[in-house]
Amino acid sequence: MQLTNRSKVVVNKEMTFAEKIYLPAVLSGLAITIKHLFKKSATIKYPEQTRPVSENYRGMHVLKRDEQGRENCTACGLCAVACPAEAITMTSAERKKGEDHLYREEKYAEVYEINMLRCIFCGLCEEACPKEAIFLTDRLVPSDFVRTNFIYGKDKLLEGTSAELRVDVSKRINAHRKL
Amino acid sequence: MEFFVIKLVLVLIVFLVSLGVAAYSTYAERKIAAFLQDRIGPDRAGPFGLLQPLADGLKMFMKEEIIPTHADKFLFILGPCIMMMTASMTGVIIPWGHGLEINGSFYPVQITDINIGILYVFGVVSIGVYGIMIGGWASNNKYSLMGAIRASSQMISYELAMGMAIIALIMTTGTLSVREIVEQQHGIHWNIFTQPLGVILFIVCAFAECNRTPFDLPECETELVGGYHTEYSSMKLGFYLFAEYINMFISAAIISSLYFGGYNFPFIDQLGLSPNMLSMLGTIIFFGKIFFFIFFFMWVRWTIPRFRYDQLMHLGWRIMIPLAIVNILGTGVYVLFKNGQLHF
Amino acid sequence: MNPSLPFFVLATLSVFSALMVVLSRKPVHSVLYLIFCFFTIGGHYLLLNAQFLFAVHIIVYAGAIMVLFLFTLMFINMNKELEPHKSNLLKGAATIAAGCLLLVLVAITKGAETLPAISKSSDIGTVSNLGKALYGQYLLPFELISILLLTAMVGAVMLGKKDVE
Repeated sequence: MQLTNRSKVVVNKEMTFAEKIYLPAVLSGLAITIKHLFKKSATIKYPEQTRPVSENYRGMHVLKRDEQGRENCTACGLCAVACPAEAITMTSAERKKGEDHLYREEKYAEVYEINMLRCIFCGLCEEACPKEAIFLTDRLVPSDFVRTNFIYGKDKLLEGTSAELRVDVSKRINAHRKL
Repeated sequence: MEFFVIKLVLVLIVFLVSLGVAAYSTYAERKIAAFLQDRIGPDRAGPFGLLQPLADGLKMFMKEEIIPTHADKFLFILGPCIMMMTASMTGVIIPWGHGLEINGSFYPVQITDINIGILYVFGVVSIGVYGIMIGGWASNNKYSLMGAIRASSQMISYELAMGMAIIALIMTTGTLSVREIVEQQHGIHWNIFTQPLGVILFIVCAFAECNRTPFDLPECETELVGGYHTEYSSMKLGFYLFAEYINMFISAAIISSLYFGGYNFPFIDQLGLSPNMLSMLGTIIFFGKIFFFIFFFMWVRWTIPRFRYDQLMHLGWRIMIPLAIVNILGTGVYVLFKNGQLHF
Repeated sequence: MNPSLPFFVLATLSVFSALMVVLSRKPVHSVLYLIFCFFTIGGHYLLLNAQFLFAVHIIVYAGAIMVLFLFTLMFINMNKELEPHKSNLLKGAATIAAGCLLLVLVAITKGAETLPAISKSSDIGTVSNLGKALYGQYLLPFELISILLLTAMVGAVMLGKKDVE
């Protein structure tokens, strides 16, 4: 049964004289390659240019702060439970007096680590989070030479307090709302 | 004394130019490969990546020098030396330009014009095989040895057909001297028009002699790791790779001077320029031709896949050599006919 | 400078390399010394103004035949253990045979000093002169040799062919 008309029946037939002297085939091959010399190159020069990504692109995580610059995360561990790759670990700690401006809830994550080599960027941590503390962004995880450097702690995941260090996740939230 | 100084300067210039061209051939190779595959190629070192050869050379020097424990140390070092030496020796007989007339005396732009001419190139090229063979054997490695053996059998096979193609050319020109062959092609009387089959044979054999794709079996990565230079590192590897590019440059020069008029170009007499200007223009055009053939080498490399070993031998012995013999016979008839000694 | 200095340098080198062919322990080294020996002999041709002969000598002997030698030697794994043991009787016989050969060779060269010196004119070994000699004066021997080579080639093809039953 023929499904498509693209299939070709292979036959081991005797080559014709034109095929035997190779030169016509060689010349047509050369013509094909020379055409590519004048085509636009497909290269994207990465650090300077980036490929456009979709609205709900899932890249490197960010740990969000609220408007007053307090960490959203309460170290409930739901993200770690939800994670199918078991990439997230955390240690919780209790908020002390005078730390109200640092942490929104009474409990916070003292250590929060994501192993980026295990992470599959599925976004389940984000869906599990009750506090809107973790989001996936359109940023990429940069390459490195050492495997241990891929275990990202709070120093790399947490966004900054100042306005320019904040990470915009509105697109991601909108994409969620659409779903 | 003056003679020696001039020749010494010429030798130095030819040597440096061939090194420079070889260095930038590596850059051109990567750029052309990239363009033919819709990429950009190296563009980080300097503007358009123009400093890439320097970066590559520096990298080669900085790499660790490894000599395998069971390698024959002397021969291991001798291999790349022979390769580099023979590669840079062939430029001697190529006429790079007609010559300059300064203060009434004439200085040809050629290091020496020996009367065995083109045979000298053959001699030197046939010595070049030893660089590969010795290096491959001294590495004490299966892959190296396989590469060396492939290289030597391939080069011997294609040298025959190449020599026969040249014999047909010599029959029409009547001289072995490269300079005289080039002078005979004044204007547009290029040898390609009298030797169309010979050109194809010669170019195919030149590809095989330079170990360029589709004849790069001695160093095919997919089968032999790195071929004859598997065990080489640092600048010794650099010598092998560099010698290959010099060979490519020289064979491009030989192809263009034997068959494509060398420093001659059409309408050379109608321009009305002074002889010195014409000579300089001729040299520039000669280099244009050389660069075209280097481009052609690279163009073919990114078009045609590698031959299988038996196909290579089949092509060499059962197609190229009979064709070359037919070419010699045909040329013989042509020469007799041209001289009016043939009556039908 | 002594005009025969290049000759003596070349002669010393060729004798040395020829000796090393016999004396070196590794077969591959022997072959390489032999190639070097061919080069020095090529140098002698150059001294005699025979450039064409020099080029052909290098292309054919050093460039093709010795490559095949090296080629075969590289395949053979020759080391001490595999070397066949030779008896003292054989060694003695070989020495006597080689000595006889030396005697004959020396006897041949004894009369050489009376030979006329080769004229030093610069175009004696050029391609055109050689061609005229080969295709004029020595046409018959030249053609006979080509027939001999053709016969050898046919023989090689016959040996290389598969048996067709």
